[in-house]
Amino acid sequence: MRYVYFFTALFVVLAVSVLGFRGSVSTKPPLELIPDMDHQAKYKPQAASPFFADGRADRPLPPGVVARGDLREDDQLYRGKNSDGTWVHGFPAALTVDAKLLARGQERYTIYCQPCHGAVGDGNGITKQYGMGATPSYADDRRLKLSGGEIFDTITNGSVLNKNMLPYADKLVPEDRWAVVAYVRALQRAQQGTVADVPPEHKPELGLK
Amino acid sequence: MSQLFPKSANRLPLQIVIYLFVLGGIASAGINYYATNKYSNVGYTPVQPVPFSHALHNGQLGIDCRYCHSFEEKSGFSNVPTSQTCMNCHSLIKTDSPLLAPVRASYASGDPVPWIQVHILPDYVYFNHSIHLARGISCVECHGQINRMEVVGQAKSLTMGFCLDCHRDPAAHIRPHDQITNLDWQRPTDPVEVKKIEGYVHDWNVKPPQSCSGCHR
Repeated sequence: MRYVYFFTALFVVLAVSVLGFRGSVSTKPPLELIPDMDHQAKYKPQAASPFFADGRADRPLPPGVVARGDLREDDQLYRGKNSDGTWVHGFPAALTVDAKLLARGQERYTIYCQPCHGAVGDGNGITKQYGMGATPSYADDRRLKLSGGEIFDTITNGSVLNKNMLPYADKLVPEDRWAVVAYVRALQRAQQGTVADVPPEHKPELGLK
Repeated sequence: MSQLFPKSANRLPLQIVIYLFVLGGIASAGINYYATNKYSNVGYTPVQPVPFSHALHNGQLGIDCRYCHSFEEKSGFSNVPTSQTCMNCHSLIKTDSPLLAPVRASYASGDPVPWIQVHILPDYVYFNHSIHLARGISCVECHGQINRMEVVGQAKSLTMGFCLDCHRDPAAHIRPHDQITNLDWQRPTDPVEVKKIEGYVHDWNVKPPQSCSGCHR
């Protein structure tokens, strides 16, 4: 009987040394002993499909297709242009510019723009340290004069002068793009600040009279 | 008969019964330990076509999760980024790195980079990313500290028990909306703050389903 226990113990040691412990790193896909209905005959987003020539389950829209409610007739809101083809100055009529829009713009700006353009829009984002040297400041003469529509167009289609900035239309819906435009305007205004902008009651804190 | 069976054989039936109990104990301990996702799935760290480091891009550079996984707030499915997302920076940074060749090829051809999915739920589970984010559940609750991972691996078991732990007690996992993608966020210890955070469950009308059809629909 002693031998039986001895060999059982050996077997346990062997099994543990082969199977390892929980949480150990493995590059092999998880073993499925009982697959049940884990893999069903349905497509999930970004999945593969052997049926289509390009191997994707996600199908691109055929050219010219417009989804319901997605006609985007409002040129001002969706293209930043007036009906006569000139850039929108200020904001489209369909939007209310309020603190809510600015807050949304700040949040979206922090996610999508700050890595390159920097937290204050001076072009000193984190990517500058890694070789993206050409990011300009929003507060230079040319960019201060840009109309809202042109900034909107840059976010939608990427930069016009050089192609350094790629389009962000897939990440920001038009309303969010306008929110970012509003926040960029706020950053530009902040860069233009003077002593006269400081409220009188806060002047002593800055050592001003 | 005493020639065939020595006297010690009298104890044998009892010894065999005891041994079977020991064997049964070992078997159930083994099944308990090994036959669950905690063993089979946790630690699954596939080799990706591009050695993308979340520790560098998110942890060190501070790029928000949503910069790449841009639909996770709107969609039930948190998308793997397009290769244009990589090229937003890598058209100017490390433009000739051989490690990035699959991304450049994908950007030029339009075919996706063959990333390998790490967190795989069974097809009979319905999971919606956007509602979890909207109700103040951070990425870290299910994905672990992605911001410290050089190579992403599965950190949590993602079993039904794991889901239910949180669905039964959302107050222990909820956090302010602006800290959703801050994976290093610590729950405050100050009781007033804790009460406020646990109050979000009421304020945001968080009612995680515990019925079968909540997730198996």
